Amino acid sequence: MAESQFHLRIESHPILDFGDREPLTFTFDGQAMTGREGDTIASALHANGIKVLGYHFKTGRPRGYYCAIGNCSSCLMIVDGKANVRTCTELLRAGMVVETQTDRGMPDVL
Amino acid sequence: MFYEPDIAVIGGGPAGLMAAVTAAETGATILLLERDGHLGGQLVKQTHKFFGSEKQHASVRGIEIADILSEKLAGLSDRAQVWTGATAIGLYEDGVLTIEHQGRYKKVKPKKIIAATGASEKYLSFPNNDLPGIYGAGAVQTMMNVHGVKPGKRVLMIGAGNIGLIVSYQLLQAGVEVAAIAEGLPTIGGYMVHASKIRRAGVPILTSHTIVRADGTDAVESAVIAKVDPFWNVIAGTEQTIPCDVICIAVGLSPLAELLWQAGCDMLYVKELGGHVPVRNEYLETTVPGLYIAGDLTGIEEASAAMVEGHLAGLEAAASLGFMTESHQEERQDCLEQLRQLRAGPVGEKIRQGVKLTLNQESSREVNHAV
Repeated sequence: MAESQFHLRIESHPILDFGDREPLTFTFDGQAMTGREGDTIASALHANGIKVLGYHFKTGRPRGYYCAIGNCSSCLMIVDGKANVRTCTELLRAGMVVETQTDRGMPDVL
Repeated sequence: MFYEPDIAVIGGGPAGLMAAVTAAETGATILLLERDGHLGGQLVKQTHKFFGSEKQHASVRGIEIADILSEKLAGLSDRAQVWTGATAIGLYEDGVLTIEHQGRYKKVKPKKIIAATGASEKYLSFPNNDLPGIYGAGAVQTMMNVHGVKPGKRVLMIGAGNIGLIVSYQLLQAGVEVAAIAEGLPTIGGYMVHASKIRRAGVPILTSHTIVRADGTDAVESAVIAKVDPFWNVIAGTEQTIPCDVICIAVGLSPLAELLWQAGCDMLYVKELGGHVPVRNEYLETTVPGLYIAGDLTGIEEASAAMVEGHLAGLEAAASLGFMTESHQEERQDCLEQLRQLRAGPVGEKIRQGVKLTLNQESSREVNHAV
């Protein structure tokens, strides 16, 4: 489905007002994107029409978010070089470098 | 030396916030841990007005309740410390609680602990159930109501319990089409007031229907649903394809109890409560002395019950340390009475049965706190 034809940001809502939130720029696999203040990495990607956040390390099947509250590990990505970041709870910051994860990722403490 | 607050509360949702506020008000020092960047837990996405009575903030929207409780806690900041971005990752036999706090590993040794870790969404097995575009109902609610992002254009909802119904309605409010709600049972599980709203909006609720499979290459493009017989067998020839880019799974929640297993609590599988729950007494103390529980961790219920349980656990944990108000007995009885009322009637039957099974009769005898 052509996401560009359809605005995923909620522009008007009977109860909620998302106001004018500061735009934040970041990159996804080298591509420049814009999110908004208060976004998580996953919500910013989703608003940009990105549903596939990674590929399973064994089967190669695409992975999207599932729980959006940090429980299920379906949304793990590489953020600023660090693997296994739960992008559904990690808040977006300007200048973040976000990459698709395709393997198990190495801990950055070694 | 360990940091030793009187009480550590794990989880800043409705139960944890109430527990922290209640215990801090008695004079105890509190450390509240919240995994997310903000307090409120799942209240922050509840745009609907609550049921219950005034004491549980009935007719107030969940998002507002989160603010009310957070502000109360902020007013007690001389005693109550809040760590956000803090995940409790271990609870050991010697009472040490380990935490990942904004990238740092920390150890604390609270005198008492109240676990209010909440729940996680259940899943369904069907072919291609891992495709992007298949989201938990709570996830869809978070994306829409917290971040202002629609999950897609056209949603198939699986499950007509209260969550499935409420999230369907909220999808409509956000301007997203809901193709249908499929419910495996022959009847709608949620409240009729919600179901009627959905039907008035023209969304069909298909009972005795299940999802057969999802289809799509990199993400969901359609789903196949079909009628089931009373034994959940698909009736051949009733399959229909629903074009959709989102499949929302609203088939219930399970208590998030890993820490309690690790702490060595006696656990019990109680299907009425959504999964494994800690055995406890009437005042919410588990079989590990000094470890209390509240909220969905005790069994899946509404946020109203979670707040009352938080209140009760906060009172009891504080009282066990000598922080006791003159009205302790009345407050405790009032909490028990509120829980009785919330669980009254046919809707609460399952919960009542479930709770009865989890009570540790031996330790449910009258607990008298020394002042």
